[in-house]
Amino acid sequence: MSRIAGLVPRNGAGWILPLALVVVWEAASRLGGLPATVLPAPSDVLAAAWRLLRSGELTANIGVSGLRAISGFVVGGGIGLALGLANGLSSLSEKLTDTTLQMVRNVPHLALIPLVILWFGIEEQAKLFLVALGVFFPMYINTLLGIRSVDPQLVEMGRAYGMGRWALFRHVILPAALPSVFVGLRYGLGIMWLTLIVAETISASSGIGYMAMQAREFLQVDVVVLSIVIYALLGKLADSVARQLERLSLQWHPAFQTA
Amino acid sequence: MIATDKDRAGRGVTAYGVGRSFGSKTVLDHLDLHVPAGQFVAIVGRSGCGKSTLLRLVVGLDKPSAGRIVLDDAADIGTTTRIMFQEPRLLPWARVLANVAVGLDPRGDADQRRALAQQALHEVGLGDRAGDWPAVLSGGQKQRVALARALVSRPRLLAFDEPLGALDALTRIEMQRLIETVWRDQGFTAILVTHDVAEAVALADRVLVIEDGRIALDLDVDAPRPRRHGDPHLAALEGRILDHLLGDDDAAAPSSRAA
Repeated sequence: MSRIAGLVPRNGAGWILPLALVVVWEAASRLGGLPATVLPAPSDVLAAAWRLLRSGELTANIGVSGLRAISGFVVGGGIGLALGLANGLSSLSEKLTDTTLQMVRNVPHLALIPLVILWFGIEEQAKLFLVALGVFFPMYINTLLGIRSVDPQLVEMGRAYGMGRWALFRHVILPAALPSVFVGLRYGLGIMWLTLIVAETISASSGIGYMAMQAREFLQVDVVVLSIVIYALLGKLADSVARQLERLSLQWHPAFQTA
Repeated sequence: MIATDKDRAGRGVTAYGVGRSFGSKTVLDHLDLHVPAGQFVAIVGRSGCGKSTLLRLVVGLDKPSAGRIVLDDAADIGTTTRIMFQEPRLLPWARVLANVAVGLDPRGDADQRRALAQQALHEVGLGDRAGDWPAVLSGGQKQRVALARALVSRPRLLAFDEPLGALDALTRIEMQRLIETVWRDQGFTAILVTHDVAEAVALADRVLVIEDGRIALDLDVDAPRPRRHGDPHLAALEGRILDHLLGDDDAAAPSSRAA
């Protein structure tokens, strides 16, 4: 067992299972156990990817979807972070907005799709709005929670040692809230892709979801599978970036200290 | 910056009829006290007798409900007094050196701040741990860092709020010696709140017993320094203070035993 573990590169162990699945899948397709109309072989999916890549369709659609995801995330996550900080630091701001936000939170944001289509049609604003709304709440709630859970003894120490409001925020409150903010960030990234998939599948004229729906019309199962794989890879990529950021900014945290 | 003798001298503090109540509960009741510059005073008493409250009033973490507390020739107590808490209260996201620098004016020159913090760390015997995270230090080492943070700004009055209470017996004796050494070197006024009567007589020039919000006993400890553990003169003083603290219990004991 340790020999096998020694053969794979560091952090590579997580890829053993997916790769094995792909091998089994390919074998099942080649041996005729899996009809191409149900699930095409991985090699066929790769061929479809190559075809779409050469026509430029794939890159264009990934670019469109990526841009929607990032802009929606920046807008929704930014507002969530800002309101979370504001409500964590100011009880006036919290009294004014928290009840409203908690009420809105209980409406599933995907339930707004019909309304959003009426408002924005199937234009870019519709996707941006839905993604931003979906990402907003995890960022807001976790930022607020992070600030709430700051150790009051550290805050008192900061005051006793002459820190002003800004220094207290910069050196005590923000770093203490950061682990929680990262939880919100990673949670938000998951919701970002989920929302985008749903929005692009229902109403879009470009993007990966649109590509998948088009392929369905023409029974191109390989392209449909390719779209799903791309979503999975993009989701994994976003999560890896977030983890890397987390690792960099939480070096002090015992959970991230490597001996 | 060259410290003159006057700069390095301790600063006396006087309480005039100080009272502090929380709701209907009176913790301190018209307490008068004068601590001359450079004196080492220990305050002992039962839990909840108001000794920590008095300390917090002296360093300005709390405001008296009645009376006032005046530091000798000082308008602003923020720059001349420091407090050391029972817990180290280090910032877990800042390395040891940066934690010590919290005790310095943030507007100062960065290189000079670093040099001063390094020197303070050296004084507490942790000169080689400047780059470590607080999480890897032992309890005693953390409390040493907290002492360095309190010392680095060269305070003229240093308040200790049971800083050794959570340490094991040997580490506690080491810390007592360290505190005595820095106090003799730097000549600040020291006010130590402690549960440990032996610690009070080992360190202090004068021991105060607080009961019912007032000073019930004010004893000079005239033993020469450095003091030895187990000195019969100190043991006799300790016995006297303990008798006083337990006096009420002895009177009440027979009736409770009969019941």
